[in-house]
Amino acid sequence: MNKSLYDYLILLGDSPLILGHRLSELCGHGPNLETDIALSNIALDLFGQVRNWFQYAAEIHGEGKTEDDIAFLRYEHEYRNVILTEQPNKDFAWVIARQFYFDAWHYSLLTQLCESRDERISAIAAKSIKEVTYHRRFSSEWVKRLGDGTEESRARMENAIAHFAMYKGELFEETNVEKEMFASGTGADFKVLKAQFESFTNEVLNEAGLEIPQIDWTQRGGKHGVHSEHLGYILADLQYMQRAYPGMQW
Amino acid sequence: MKKEWPVWEVFIRSRSGLDHRHAGSVHAADAKMALENARDVYTRRQEGVSIWVVPSASITASDPEEGGELFEPAKDKVYRHPTFYDLPDELTHM
Amino acid sequence: MEIDINRLDLEFQAKIDSGKTIEPKDWMPEKYRKTHIRQISQHAHSEIVGMLPEGNWITRAPSLRRKVTLLAKVQDEGGHGLYLYSACETLGISRDELFEQLHSGKAKYSSIFNYPAVTWADMGAVGWLVDGAAIMNQVMLTRTSFGPYARAMVRICKEESFHQRQGFEIMLSLCNGTAVQKHMAQESLNRWWWPSLMMFGPRDEESTHTEQAIKWKIKLKTNDELRQQFVDQTVPQIELLGLELPDPAIKWNEERGHYDFGPINWDEFWRVVGGNGPCNRERLAARKEAWEKGAWVREAALAYAEKQENLREAV
Repeated sequence: MNKSLYDYLILLGDSPLILGHRLSELCGHGPNLETDIALSNIALDLFGQVRNWFQYAAEIHGEGKTEDDIAFLRYEHEYRNVILTEQPNKDFAWVIARQFYFDAWHYSLLTQLCESRDERISAIAAKSIKEVTYHRRFSSEWVKRLGDGTEESRARMENAIAHFAMYKGELFEETNVEKEMFASGTGADFKVLKAQFESFTNEVLNEAGLEIPQIDWTQRGGKHGVHSEHLGYILADLQYMQRAYPGMQW
Repeated sequence: MKKEWPVWEVFIRSRSGLDHRHAGSVHAADAKMALENARDVYTRRQEGVSIWVVPSASITASDPEEGGELFEPAKDKVYRHPTFYDLPDELTHM
Repeated sequence: MEIDINRLDLEFQAKIDSGKTIEPKDWMPEKYRKTHIRQISQHAHSEIVGMLPEGNWITRAPSLRRKVTLLAKVQDEGGHGLYLYSACETLGISRDELFEQLHSGKAKYSSIFNYPAVTWADMGAVGWLVDGAAIMNQVMLTRTSFGPYARAMVRICKEESFHQRQGFEIMLSLCNGTAVQKHMAQESLNRWWWPSLMMFGPRDEESTHTEQAIKWKIKLKTNDELRQQFVDQTVPQIELLGLELPDPAIKWNEERGHYDFGPINWDEFWRVVGGNGPCNRERLAARKEAWEKGAWVREAALAYAEKQENLREAV
């Protein structure tokens, strides 16, 4: 098995998995019907991507491993999602801020992966980038709406953008696997990633009349398997059936 | 009662070459959002390649009370239809 | 004046009898309008309250495939609620007013959603039985007299065709699985069976609106006819799954050409309709909470739209 490639695919799949989980918690609880449906669409796109990454990872792993083994049957420290994605749906501004940062990063990442030397990765990225282009548009629109809406929405949005700023840094911290993948032409250039992320988010925040948070530290650990307290609860839900009824077909 | 997001009528073209057809309506605060909501609600199963949204309030509709004067005069103008004309069966491609 | 109304009423009924649809701007008796607002909004409320019991299980679905199909299904229900609210709005009432009626308890929704979804098998049983029962009603309503309602139903029926299959497939996997899974399926069937039969509403002799509803084609079959049809269609499916019948009185009646079944607990039905089912309070509270928490979002979007509009005008 190509362990580096396997690990890389886990990195690619885990963040959309955990963010999709958070979004799917909102199904039926959105601020209105249209928005509820839109958020579920994003979650469905993300889960679709997760399945593509994990199916590929399962093939690389061999020994009969399946996408579900990977999604449901790992321990906390084996999940490699960025900590940003596991933060809860405190209010709609939190949902949007989390999504906005994630989409800006995800978009640049997938854009680069479209050129990956690994054909399977470039194919998955090419399919996903269309979805994520829409996600990024959706979340940016909402950042602007809430940022320049009412006094209350502005305060909430500003607060959320400032709060989530401490999770940004992790997006650009390269793990060894990511370095290796970039070097081999499979992965992304993190310098480009960061530059694109900054210019896009700054532009939207400016347009929304929101202050760009100045922050010189970051939460980190997710990509190395050290998570926030939230992940345990997420896994309790996510893995419930597989853990309570092990080894069954559903 | 607080103000509601206005209603927009949604028209979708299912394939290029066909007309846009009325699909339903959505609520949205502005045109951009109306387009996105229409996309999220009405094209989940690849129903469309193009969307129009129009504020419902901008639509002027004919009055059903005037149905008689508006539509019935066309009833006896059967000569507007090709089947009105008697032509020999041998004549093809016309 | 009275004669005029009578004449209009007769013409209106003749129009329905001849198979023409009634459109929002057409003249209609006030009672027709009111009945339709009540029925369509009730139907819409059922869709969005119906998102809650299944929505509970999206995060716990046992496989990625099950997760996406369940999420897509629950999302569809939101879409169907939206189509129905839109149809209702053409009768001159706003969606906010309809929500207000739901939240205040003035409007009803299908009582089935006041039952809890406690195991994964319930995702199977709900899709199979509850959607199965709903589809029978909905197929009938594609031919109803009010145009926007009928058209919404056409779209909904088309989209829902996967819902019941999704549910049955879940049941099938459980029944082909381990003893624990099969038990889970049986237990779920036993719980959902009776509430599903109740979905068709009270017995014909106790149903107050049936005659009028049939005249207006809101109903093409009576509650009891639909209920019987549901039992007839479902019993062979239970046998196909290899599950035990949830009612010992179920027996093929050669003479009637239908399955007989045992008495429904109507006291329970009326109790749950009246607000005292296992989850009535939770369901309503969840809807209200989502709505109240979303208020600032909806206001912000309007305020933003207004500002943008003003900017455009200023240019």
